[in-house]
Amino acid sequence: MSVLIHADPAEPTPANVPGARLGLRRFTRNRFAVAGLVVIVFLILFCFLGPVIYPTDQIHTALTQVNLAPSAAHLLGTDAVGRDELGRLMYGGKTSLIVGLAAGLLATLIGTLWGAAAGYAGGWVDAVMMRIVDAGIAIPALFILLVVSAITTPGVPGLVLILGLVSWLVPSRLVRAETLTLKNRDYVLTLRAIGGTHSRAITRHILPNAVSTIVVAATFQVADAILLVAYVSYLGLGVQPPQTDWGGMLSAGLTAAYSGRWWLILPPGLAVILVVCAFNAVGDGLRDAFAVRGRS
Amino acid sequence: MSFRYLAGRVSQALAVILVVTIIVFGLLHALPGGPARGILGPQASAQQIADFNQAQGLNRPLPVQYLYYLRTLLHGDLGTSYTLNEPVSQLIAQRLPKTLVLTVLSALVGLAVAIPLGMWQAVRRNRPVDYMITGLSFVAYATPVYFFGILLILVFSQILPWLPPQAPQGDTVAQVLEDPAGLVLPVVAGAASMVAVFSRYMRGAVLENLSEDYVRTARAAGTRPRAILWRHVFRNSLTPVVAMLGYYVPVLFGGALVVEQLFNYPGMGLLFWSAAQASDYPVLLGCVLVIAIATVIGTLLADIVQRLVDPRVKAGAE
Repeated sequence: MSVLIHADPAEPTPANVPGARLGLRRFTRNRFAVAGLVVIVFLILFCFLGPVIYPTDQIHTALTQVNLAPSAAHLLGTDAVGRDELGRLMYGGKTSLIVGLAAGLLATLIGTLWGAAAGYAGGWVDAVMMRIVDAGIAIPALFILLVVSAITTPGVPGLVLILGLVSWLVPSRLVRAETLTLKNRDYVLTLRAIGGTHSRAITRHILPNAVSTIVVAATFQVADAILLVAYVSYLGLGVQPPQTDWGGMLSAGLTAAYSGRWWLILPPGLAVILVVCAFNAVGDGLRDAFAVRGRS
Repeated sequence: MSFRYLAGRVSQALAVILVVTIIVFGLLHALPGGPARGILGPQASAQQIADFNQAQGLNRPLPVQYLYYLRTLLHGDLGTSYTLNEPVSQLIAQRLPKTLVLTVLSALVGLAVAIPLGMWQAVRRNRPVDYMITGLSFVAYATPVYFFGILLILVFSQILPWLPPQAPQGDTVAQVLEDPAGLVLPVVAGAASMVAVFSRYMRGAVLENLSEDYVRTARAAGTRPRAILWRHVFRNSLTPVVAMLGYYVPVLFGGALVVEQLFNYPGMGLLFWSAAQASDYPVLLGCVLVIAIATVIGTLLADIVQRLVDPRVKAGAE
């Protein structure tokens, strides 16, 4: 119970350390965040440089080599049509990472513009815009994605667009809250007084000052998007064979797992968990480093 | 809590529900072939669709159609499923209670684990236990529900034949509850991510309360640490955490969608899932509407409860 003796001590701020260096120091002191960064770099190398060191045929099927258990020739075994599972992990990871990054950043972009516009406009415009956000949050993304899967099967760009469109709501709330406090700062008021336009106030003053909030939101957003990508194939919206992603490998391996072929689900499952954890840990570290409020 | 706040907050919730109906109406019209195709089914000819549009007024301007749509909604009419040939409202009324059993049990189990964990973490802050649980919460949060569910089935029903891999199949809530063993894996699968999120909230809330003035005062007055922790900090930390449940409703429903499909549990999630496979649009949109309204009500209750319990909370939704 010694915790009760002293209240949570705020990090003492050394006097002559500039803000950026201080932030970096706070980030590197967060062991989870540093580990997350290392994992992200490793997985990017694994997916994009891995196939150079460990080339495999991911296009053609090899029906004499199906469902092999891990061995020296196939380190993680082969799948139901004879493709090397380790190579597939690299190949699918590319799609997962690209779609997740693109969708997460797109969601952050939409959310930032929407939130900044709503917060800056204020009044009834703000009220209407935020009720739309509330309504969007009330409909779980998985349900919308399943409805979309009943209508169409998109390619990779379509997938990015759909994922972006269902996940911009949370960043829009964060950026709006930030804009509300920034729009009454002296430098914004001064700009307006000397005749600066609204768009200049938003793009030159409010968004640059909200950048730490936006960066932190984007990091969490990418984590959520990669997780959502893993659900998308399960829901029937995923990329089409022979292309795949980690989620697609997982859902393809589900039935195989019942017959003991664990190597078809454990590697993609652990890969998803690892990369999502990594982005969340980095997001946590950035939030503490920038000392911004965000999700906990 | 003032009447003014309550009236404002309720009308805000109604506005959100109105926007939800606009979104669902928009989805209905974004369908290939529009709502006529949705109701007549994929085999309908172009002539049948034109006749239907004429008869149902679907060639009228969209705003007029929207008002008609709202009127049917207010009569509780969500359309008719064209694969099951039953009113959607009736189908949902049958399945929703079973989904509620699953989500409520998951929420209770999740909270029962998360709250003590969060307390423990806060008390042992920045010690190995705290780091370990934080790491586990990260992993639990990052695990797709269906992946976790499959692992549960593999371990607890294949390798160790302890529990059935399939959820109870009863038609009514009472029948479902007669088979508690079948509920264990689905409930655990649904509770996992909740433990991750809510233990983090609890940890944060307890830490925040520990740094409050009243704790220092109580300590200075010589109150025993254990009493401070349980009589004051625990209670004060509980309210924001329990209120978070209201905001968590959409996540619970999203989880139920996957869990019900994986464990073949005949609730609203499975109804929705099979409707998506059969492009049964009236069922899909009816479910979306019901879930969205449930979420809006959950959020509203969370805001109100939080304000009732803690008068310091000023801006509920902001």
